[in-house]
Amino acid sequence: MRRPRFALPVGSPLQILLLACSFALAGYAGVQLLAGDWFGVALWFVGAALLHDLVLLPLYAAADRALVKAAGRHRDRVMYVRVPTALSLLLLLVWFPLISGQVTARYASATGLSADRFAARWLLVTAVLFGGSAVLFLLRLLRLRRATKQRPPAVH
Amino acid sequence: MVRGPVSGVLRTYGRGMRRTPFSPSFWRSPLRGPWFTSVLGIVLLGGITVLFVTGLLSYAAYNPDLSPVNDKTPDKGILGFYLFSWPTDPHWLYRLTQGVHVTLGITLIPVLLAKLWSVVPKLFTLPPARSLAHALERISLLLLVGGGLFEFVTGVLNVQLDYVFPGSFYPLHFYGAWVFFAAFVAHAVLKTPMALRNVRGMRGPRQLPEGERELVAPDPDPPTVSRRGALGLVGGGSLLLFGTTVGQDFDGLRWSAVLAPHGGAEPAGGPGGFQINKTAAYAGISAAERSEEAWRLIVAGRSGTVRLSRADLLRLPLHSSALPIACVEGWSTSDQWWRGVRLRDLAALVGYDGDPPDVFVESLQRHGAFRRAALRANQVADPRSLLALFVNGEDLTPDHGHPARVIVPAAPGVLNTKWVARMTFGDL
Repeated sequence: MRRPRFALPVGSPLQILLLACSFALAGYAGVQLLAGDWFGVALWFVGAALLHDLVLLPLYAAADRALVKAAGRHRDRVMYVRVPTALSLLLLLVWFPLISGQVTARYASATGLSADRFAARWLLVTAVLFGGSAVLFLLRLLRLRRATKQRPPAVH
Repeated sequence: MVRGPVSGVLRTYGRGMRRTPFSPSFWRSPLRGPWFTSVLGIVLLGGITVLFVTGLLSYAAYNPDLSPVNDKTPDKGILGFYLFSWPTDPHWLYRLTQGVHVTLGITLIPVLLAKLWSVVPKLFTLPPARSLAHALERISLLLLVGGGLFEFVTGVLNVQLDYVFPGSFYPLHFYGAWVFFAAFVAHAVLKTPMALRNVRGMRGPRQLPEGERELVAPDPDPPTVSRRGALGLVGGGSLLLFGTTVGQDFDGLRWSAVLAPHGGAEPAGGPGGFQINKTAAYAGISAAERSEEAWRLIVAGRSGTVRLSRADLLRLPLHSSALPIACVEGWSTSDQWWRGVRLRDLAALVGYDGDPPDVFVESLQRHGAFRRAALRANQVADPRSLLALFVNGEDLTPDHGHPARVIVPAAPGVLNTKWVARMTFGDL
């Protein structure tokens, strides 16, 4: 704590050399990357990191925390909701332009395929995921009940 | 883990401290730790290396050094150092490399998201830098995370034809890849040895260096899933994306690619019922300009220029070849049965008998980035390279390039020019 406030130690010179090489290459390509709409590209580049770290991640972390809280003492049941929700939202995140219908006109005109099917299919996949999870949950309940019946109550 | 009243007291005591993400106790997931991060990191090390190599191959497949019309990145400088003449063998080469590039990229998305989740507490580490080297590393991490997300986002949007990014896809994805890769290599060199040690389990948490210990929550919540279970969820997400995407590379499996852009159904039945990149209507090709009376193919070369009607072309020797359509967007068709005039026979018509040169192909299309394309001499010389007039035993359909289209083994889809109007043979 006695260290003067602004004296930053140098650290590993090898690491500095490696990072300098990395910045040189990134700078060489970056000049061309920013040659067109530099502001737009920089916004996307930095914005992608900020949007992920400060919006998307806190949102799904908060949703997960709310789920765990709602489960109360049944923490072991959380996965039966968490897994289908996560997988369904993952598909929505990746295929959002097609599912949301924002590229319908261009997609249909370019490929000759119908674009209406994506939202319906996503809902169907989501239904299968939750349905499968519900079946697994019921099977587990049945197994637990059977195990409880077979054992004398003193075990618990 | 033993939890009792003591930990409850500690939690109440620590509540003020954990209000901001800058306090280590703010992060409560019991999953975070060097083993979890290292496993994901090693998967990404292999996966992203394959993505980079297949991306560079796709870039070379366009033969950007052959002609300005093939080159969407004229200012690439030394970044094109490795370019080579794209071969025509095996004929499924581009189908494989680009199918791997796009399918693997989509499959890795859950791994990337989980990796970023596992290290997010480090974003808020205080002090911001322990040394000059550490400060530089953190700047490099902005290029790594921003660059990685930029590449995945532009790629995922492009395959869905959602051109909202700020510029043309080719330069953005290409230069972005080099910026990302520069940071990726530095990160891999700095972290891989430690990640390998962590995965081999040679060190307990107490022996971890300071930089790694911050991943472990000092006051974790009770677990709702084991680390292996969490990895299973990540792997399950990857498997789900893979299973619903890979089918768009095989005609027989296309039904299984339920959410992929070229999955599900073929556009129509019959011999022309296979995947279309851009329809005639989209490209603005009218029936009148394709008609027997109006359409003429102009072939120019060493010995002058010839004009050929479709009937003239039918009188030339016709040959067949079984070749796929493989798109930069990662989808492809199985081999289709094309029939038409060999490109090298057309070259011979205009004075290149036995020594086929490069060719510059122009379409009836009036707009579009690939309405003109150049093919290299090795592609023209291949006996399977055709100016196709028929596919699967019938006349080409308008959407597949009627009256005539180019089809070349192993070439990216857009270099197989449709609705060909003019071919100029000669060294480009």
